Amino acid sequence: MTMPMVRFDKVTKRYGPLTVLDQLDLDVARGEKVAIIGPSGSGKTTVLRMIMTLERIDDGVIYVEGEPLTHMTRNGRLVPADARHIRQVRAKIGMVFQHFNLFPHMTALANCTEAPMTVLRLKRKEAEERAGDLLAMVGLADKRGHYPSQLSGGQQQRVAIARALAMRPKVMLFDEVTSALDPELVGEVLNVIRKLGAEHDLTMLMVTHQMGFAKEFADRVCFFYQGRIAEQGSPSELFGAPKNDRTRQFLRAVLEAG
Amino acid sequence: METETLWDWSYVAEILPILAGAAVVTIEATLIGFALAAVIGLVLAILRFAVPALSWPVAALVEFIRSTPLLIQIFFLFFVFPEFGIVLDAFTAGVLALGLHYGAYCSEVYRAGLEAVPRGQWEAAIALNLGQTTTFRDIILPQALPPIVPALGNYLVALFKETPLLSAIAVLELMQTAKILGSETFRYNEPITLVGLFFLAMSLVSAAAIRLVERYLKRRVAR
Repeated sequence: MTMPMVRFDKVTKRYGPLTVLDQLDLDVARGEKVAIIGPSGSGKTTVLRMIMTLERIDDGVIYVEGEPLTHMTRNGRLVPADARHIRQVRAKIGMVFQHFNLFPHMTALANCTEAPMTVLRLKRKEAEERAGDLLAMVGLADKRGHYPSQLSGGQQQRVAIARALAMRPKVMLFDEVTSALDPELVGEVLNVIRKLGAEHDLTMLMVTHQMGFAKEFADRVCFFYQGRIAEQGSPSELFGAPKNDRTRQFLRAVLEAG
Repeated sequence: METETLWDWSYVAEILPILAGAAVVTIEATLIGFALAAVIGLVLAILRFAVPALSWPVAALVEFIRSTPLLIQIFFLFFVFPEFGIVLDAFTAGVLALGLHYGAYCSEVYRAGLEAVPRGQWEAAIALNLGQTTTFRDIILPQALPPIVPALGNYLVALFKETPLLSAIAVLELMQTAKILGSETFRYNEPITLVGLFFLAMSLVSAAAIRLVERYLKRRVAR
C-alpha cells in the first residue's frame, strides 16, 4: 500500500469538557480530493485547523507523507514536536480561509511574494514571476497592484488561493472558502478550485456547504457528526444512498434549505 | 526710586538667548526620552505577547512603573543607583527615567494595537509558514502601529511637559535655567512666563504635527 499523504491516527481534540474530535482515524491518499461535510459543531473545521497546526491536538498523531507532524522521533520514541520540526513539516501544507485573511497592507502581488521571499528565500524577481503566474491562473493578472480592499470578495479569495499555492504545498486545505461570499461570486472561486484539481497533482481537503460542488468534485465525502466520521464514501454512495440516519437527516435539511 | 514694572522687555531680551540654549536641552531630553520610551514600550509589549512565561512579570513591571511617581524614579536613578555602583550624570539619569516611565505607558498602547490585529492575520502567517520575526515585522506591526500613532503622540506631548521635573536633579533644561535666572535677579515673572509660553507653543505645534501624521496614516490604510 502506498503511503497516505495525510493520516490521522486516533486524534482527539477537546475544548475543556467538550470533545470536538473523538479518536479520529482518517487516511487521505496523494492527489485525493476529500470533501468534509456535516452540521456546525461537528468538528469538521477543526480537522483542517489541526493539520495546519492552528490547533494543538490532545491525543493521537497526525502524519504528513508518513512523517509525524504533531510529534517527532527522539531515541525511537514519539515526543511532541518542537517549533522547528512543525515548521519543516508544515511547509507541505497550504490553507485557504473562510474570511480570506489577506494582508490588507500589501498588494495582491505582495501578498503572494511575502512568504516565498522570506521563507523560501526566493529572489524578488523569481517570487514575482511565480506570483504573477499564479495570479494569472486565478484570473487576476490585471489586479496584481491592487490592495485587498479594492477587490471583491471573490477576487480576494482567489488571491488567497494564489498566495497559498505560491508556497508549492502538497496538501491544500479549503475551509468553507465560499461561505463568506455573495452568492454570485461563489462560482468564480469554485471554478479556480476545479482548475486546480484538474491541473495539479494536489491533495485537497475541503470543508464545504456546497453539496453540489462536493458531489461533482470530490473523490470521497466524509460526513462528520459529533466529532466522528459518521459515514464516508464516494459522492454517489453518500449522496445517492446514505446509510446513516444522521446523514440522511442532514442531507434532507441541507437540500430543503438550498 | 524706580517703580517695579511687571514685565521688563529689556530683561526679556537679555535672558531669551540663555533660555533658547536651555530649550535645546529640553528638546533633546524629550526626543531621546521618547525614542527610549517608544523602543522600551515596544519591546515590553512584544515580550508580553510572544513569550507567555514573561507575560506576568512584564505586566507586574509595567504596573510598578506606572504606579510610582516619575519624580521618585528620577531621584532613584540619580541618587540611589550610585550606591550600587551605577553612576549616571543628571541628564542621562533623567532621560532614562523618562524613557522607562513613558515606556511603561507606551507598552500598554502597543499592546492594544497588537490585540486589535485580527486573529486571522496570525493564522494566515502560520499557514504561510512565516517565522515569528517576519510575522511581527511584515504582517503584525504594519497593521498594529498606524492606529496607535495618535495615542503615542499624546504621550510624546505628555513626556515633553514633564521634562521640568529634571530640574529636580539640576539638569540645565528650561525650568532649571529659569529658576537660576530668577534667583539671580529676583525677577521670576519673565523667565517663568517665557518657559510656560514655550511649552504651550511647542505642545500646540506637536499636537498639530500628530494630527497630520494621523491623517496621512489613515489615508494610507484606507487605500
